[in-house]
Amino acid sequence: MSARETLKEGFFQECEDLLETMSDGLSEMERGENDAEVVNAVFRAVHSIKGGAGAFGLNVLVNFAHSFENLLDDLRRGAVRPESSVIQLLFRASDRLFDVVEAERSGRDPLGRAQDAEEYDALLAQLATACAASPAADSEQSDPEADFVPTTLAFGPDLGLSDVEAALHTHIIRFAPHKSLYASGNDPVALFSALSDLGGLSVSADISAVPPLGALDWEESHIVWTLSLATELPVPDIMDVFEFVSSDAAISFEDLPAAVAEDMPTAPLETEEPPPAQVLQVSEARTSDPGKSNPSGSSNARQSIRVDLERVDRLINLVGELVISEAMLTQSITQDGLVQNTDIETALARLKQLSTELQERIMAIRAQSVKALFQRMSRIVREAAHATDREVRLITEGESTEVDKTVIEKLADPLTHILRNAVDHGIESAEARQAAGKPAHGTVRLLAAHRSGQVIIEIEDDGAGIDSDRVLAKAIERGLVSADAELSEQEIFHLLFEAGFSTAEQVSSLSGRGVGMDVVRSEIQALGGRVNIASVRGAGTTLTISLPLTLAVVEGMLVEVAGETLVIPSTALRETMRAEGAMVHRLGAGEPVLAIRGALIPIIDLGESLGFRQMPASVSGLPLLLVESAAGRLVALTADKIIHQREVVIKGLAENYGHVRGIAAATILGNGRIALIIDIDQVAGNGLGGQDEAASLTAHGVG
Amino acid sequence: MQNVAELEQTNQREIVSFRVSGKDFSIDIGYVREIRGWSPTTILPHTPDYVKGVMNLRGNVIPVMDLSHRLGLGPTEPTERHVIVITVLGDKTVGLLVEAVSDIMSVPADELKPTPDLASTSSRDFVEGVYMIEDSLIRVMDIHQVFARETGGF
Repeated sequence: MSARETLKEGFFQECEDLLETMSDGLSEMERGENDAEVVNAVFRAVHSIKGGAGAFGLNVLVNFAHSFENLLDDLRRGAVRPESSVIQLLFRASDRLFDVVEAERSGRDPLGRAQDAEEYDALLAQLATACAASPAADSEQSDPEADFVPTTLAFGPDLGLSDVEAALHTHIIRFAPHKSLYASGNDPVALFSALSDLGGLSVSADISAVPPLGALDWEESHIVWTLSLATELPVPDIMDVFEFVSSDAAISFEDLPAAVAEDMPTAPLETEEPPPAQVLQVSEARTSDPGKSNPSGSSNARQSIRVDLERVDRLINLVGELVISEAMLTQSITQDGLVQNTDIETALARLKQLSTELQERIMAIRAQSVKALFQRMSRIVREAAHATDREVRLITEGESTEVDKTVIEKLADPLTHILRNAVDHGIESAEARQAAGKPAHGTVRLLAAHRSGQVIIEIEDDGAGIDSDRVLAKAIERGLVSADAELSEQEIFHLLFEAGFSTAEQVSSLSGRGVGMDVVRSEIQALGGRVNIASVRGAGTTLTISLPLTLAVVEGMLVEVAGETLVIPSTALRETMRAEGAMVHRLGAGEPVLAIRGALIPIIDLGESLGFRQMPASVSGLPLLLVESAAGRLVALTADKIIHQREVVIKGLAENYGHVRGIAAATILGNGRIALIIDIDQVAGNGLGGQDEAASLTAHGVG
Repeated sequence: MQNVAELEQTNQREIVSFRVSGKDFSIDIGYVREIRGWSPTTILPHTPDYVKGVMNLRGNVIPVMDLSHRLGLGPTEPTERHVIVITVLGDKTVGLLVEAVSDIMSVPADELKPTPDLASTSSRDFVEGVYMIEDSLIRVMDIHQVFARETGGF
């Protein structure tokens, strides 16, 4: 990757953060929090995107961000009122900005499709109309080739600096860039040209520090400029020009009027490099609430680095290996009877503790908050509400919940589908809602939380709820269940997740996009998670997605069946017990069932279910593992022996082989052998479909 | 030992030959990652008979195929003297259980002859052609066929 490409990628990564800040601000504005700081934050985010885009010659992005910024500028100056129509326009502009950034990032022409170009032009026109147009903005806008020209920001009276005298004054500015300024792609020439727009500018360069050519470190910054600017603008306006470089250069005014000098600490000329913090203070002094957001978007505000995901993944794999090796070591030492040696024992315990902690820490690197995902979802809801003409408000909670990055990426599609469904099928029209005594606007709640070692994502709407009679009728009509099946409400809801359930009647411009709820479920299951539905007719529907914290390890019960070691995920395990003769009944020639606490639970032999052996003639005395499938179906699994419970590292089977029915994945045991991890939903049957259907339905008829 | 330039000039190919149920088979050396002794596998449920199960190859889970059974030459009862040839095609890694690895040899590519009709039909599907080397008939396996059925045809 060339240096320029690297910089550009850096810019786009920064864009992600900026877009996030922008969305945050817009949401706050939508809630009616229109204080100057919020608008300012949005403005600065858009402004920074424009700045970066200009540096890379992304003209469409520059132009669009510019028009967007104009409206925001008018808003913060108070020239435009933050009415709901304006906020909606801002939202659409932000969605479009997101698209344009994405397009530029992937190298596509953001206006490639005719439809895009049309929408883009329309939106530009709307933004321009909404603005209390100023001549300066117009002239800039009409020049599509305009390079990055920072707009002069009018200064609000609320900031208390308006009393700075406005007479023409010649400022002497010492500008000593650090090498980081050049490294981040800034060009002093662009800054000077921006300064010259503010007034008469003369520039002199001090090249005395430049070493002879032979000794020149060309990455180092050697030149110090002295700028003399004759302008009537106050110092903060001049500092605005340096907004993006304030942390990358030592900037000092040598001629400050006493009044300003008091609250603006300036570095003495003699100092080599004034600490950036001081320079930062200069810019912060201009904002009303320095604690709220860092206006310069400076990189040292946040202690973080960007790391290639692949490097982290390699580490995770290595640590996985380490954990397995540790287990192998422990096992062989135990077998050799060396454990009596307390030194070895202590060292082993310490090793285990360390490797476990190392694993946890590394997993945490991959964790990200769901905030960005939720922001994308708020757009989905907005668009869905717009398309279906519903009034919907999305409330998000627990945005700071951290989830594995892969999980977040793979959650986007299922969540999109669920939310569209919630708006399209869940929330009723405003009239119907009012008739039912509910507020005209529907509410969709999107919540993320950590609960007992799992990540919970909940999507709750206050719509019409699921009509279980209709769902059942449709499932029977489609042959998914037999007509005389007796299903609990839970099981009926889960019919929605069956392939082939999505119906023609349901297809609308929004939901019927080829992805059914069955795809949603399989995507969640692929992440090792499960989906549950609860619904109250007339009051709404709640979908609960529970996911493992990481995709790399799973807590499981190791059991032995027909000489093979198998792992049963603890998430599905409800309890273990020993089968007593009196509790096991056989109904005719059918499978045995377990009578427990008044319920009859089908008993499935793990060995038989996986084709390792026939069902044992008698299960009494065997250990039973009560497991619950995603659909809430309880099944008792028999095994020969329960070994113990432990965390195992998940190893995929699909890469080298493909999917195996009844098996979710594999793991490597302490002795180096492979153990298979059971897919409970497939072994237990989901109460429907396939060859398990008959058995499970009869079982239920009995229960 | 011939050097690379010579190999290219004379259009040679390098093959690894091994014995499966008393017959000689081979594959291009480019597909072979390594050769390991047999160690017990973990049985995979609901798979064809010729899939012996999965093994641990330095932390990766890879399937092992009984090549003899796959070629219709009868199932193998693996012993410690059996060998697993670890083969890689694209992003898939599969172990092939064979009796023994015989040789690595360099053979002229254009001397590959069509498979004689007398070979059993099921094994012929997996054979690209044969080489006659010092009175022995060495079948060159079409590993794409083996893998294609391995991963898709269940």
